[in-house]
Amino acid sequence: MLYSIFVDPFVQMVELPDLLVQVLWEGVVAGVLYALIALGFVLIFKASGVFNFAQGIMVVFAALSLVGLHENGVPAPLALVLTVAIMYALAWSIERIVLRPLVNQPDIILFMATFGISYLLIGLGEFIFGGQPKMMITDQLMLPRGAIDLQILGGRVTVQKLDIAAAVIAGMMVALLAVFFRSTRVGLALRAVADSHKAALSVGISLNHIWVVVWFTAGLVALVTGIMWGARSDVSFALQIIALKALPVLILGGFTSVPGAIVGGLIIGVGEKLGEFYWGPLVGGGIESWLAYLIALVFLLFRPQGLFGEKIIERI
Amino acid sequence: MTAATLPILSVNNIEVIYDHVILVLKGVSLTVPSGGIVALLGANGAGKTTTLKAISNLLRAERGDVTKGGIEYKGERVDRLSPNELVRKGVIQVMEGRHCFGHLTVEENLLTGAYTRKDGQAAVRADLEMVYGYFPRLKERRRSQAGYTSGGEQQMTAIGRALMARPTTILLDEPSMGLAPQLVEEIFEIVRKLNEEKKVTFLLAEQNTNVALRYAHHGYILENGRVVMEGSAATLRENEDVKEFYLGLSASGRKSYREVKHYKRRKRWLA
Repeated sequence: MLYSIFVDPFVQMVELPDLLVQVLWEGVVAGVLYALIALGFVLIFKASGVFNFAQGIMVVFAALSLVGLHENGVPAPLALVLTVAIMYALAWSIERIVLRPLVNQPDIILFMATFGISYLLIGLGEFIFGGQPKMMITDQLMLPRGAIDLQILGGRVTVQKLDIAAAVIAGMMVALLAVFFRSTRVGLALRAVADSHKAALSVGISLNHIWVVVWFTAGLVALVTGIMWGARSDVSFALQIIALKALPVLILGGFTSVPGAIVGGLIIGVGEKLGEFYWGPLVGGGIESWLAYLIALVFLLFRPQGLFGEKIIERI
Repeated sequence: MTAATLPILSVNNIEVIYDHVILVLKGVSLTVPSGGIVALLGANGAGKTTTLKAISNLLRAERGDVTKGGIEYKGERVDRLSPNELVRKGVIQVMEGRHCFGHLTVEENLLTGAYTRKDGQAAVRADLEMVYGYFPRLKERRRSQAGYTSGGEQQMTAIGRALMARPTTILLDEPSMGLAPQLVEEIFEIVRKLNEEKKVTFLLAEQNTNVALRYAHHGYILENGRVVMEGSAATLRENEDVKEFYLGLSASGRKSYREVKHYKRRKRWLA
């Protein structure tokens, strides 16, 4: 028993390195997508202190708008632009209708409000585009299809071109966000707001404006996530379940850290796949769906602020 | 008062209520002349901070509301404007307890002050150098996280940040809080310099009556949400009551606090 838990999986890993690489790659790809969702959460949490339950729905809603528009005869590039506009309109309306009237209310009320937003978006999405699962318009967006076989370590590793594209696009997205935060005026204001709402107000930063920007950014991240995830399976409201996977990622990486969301996503993604492949058979498989939460639980016990959670600076 | 010309800012009989029930200011009126340094004095809870926040309108973020009276800046009602509109108009507050952005570097903190400006990078850069000119110490620490700098440096950062907005009026709340006497003196020297060289008008709230009356031109004394006394700094300094209650002096020289009867101190103004 102990042998099959502590020794055998590692022996397998060494004996069949190509298989290990394949599993790791699968993990990285899943991790990238988790990281993107977590990123959306982190952006909003940092800037407005709201835990946005609707982030998962925003992913579905963005993907659904894109596909729905295309189904109704809008060419793909235009549909993409329109979807971006829709995400902006969404961010603007959320700020106007939900956040502004609720300013200064306890966090839990804002959290509940995001529940409301998510059900509203589900209803709206089904009402406009119907409830059936849809195919992502992969080809029209010029995303690659098919797979490449790589010869690695005396074996064969199959890599989906789409997954490579997903990883590259996610990487670019993160890099862009980092540049935006570091060296633009609005990015600086965003970080200032994340640091102290009051001080930001006092230097003339308009919180309302910043909230629109941050929800819009989270909407864009959601759109990218939706496209990538939709291309791997299909676009349906079942996708919102993956948003729950972002929770362990956030606990692992810290709620306020962008690099944390990325590293956390990768750890969860890789850990999940490794666990499923090497340890899963011991209990009859299916551990992928809860292993992430187990990892998060362990982290909560030992490092509640997460790997990269913001250190609270205290002067003595 | 030298530049006692036009009032740039006037507060007319305002009443402030927090949370719809707590009455904090009960009719405060004051005027700030253009180019002047005016001090708001008084003990804890007298209403100094609330007055400043009513002007800068940071009040509403704390569920406070101006329910009576009005505030005019350059002859225009401003009590319904948002803080960022006021900053654009040239009124900026430096809050009590500094409130720097702890995770941003000192330089980034200063740059956030220029958020509302639209006159381009070059002008902002030039002003950054101007701020470093007034606060050479900030230049040395420009790359450190503000949260790890000393209290004095944070106060300088906060004032410098406000300067980056090119304000005409700075509402300075309790600049001396938690600072060593020498630093307090240094900060006030800079306030005076800014007032003289950059023609910045200051309305400052202070508990440290002694320092404030040495640098201000004019003073208001608040107690329990009311103005109980006002006058030029020189008159206030010479006033027997101010000497006794706020400067710790009396006719017979320095007085021990043990001999002061508290009920008497309270009653005096209200009678």
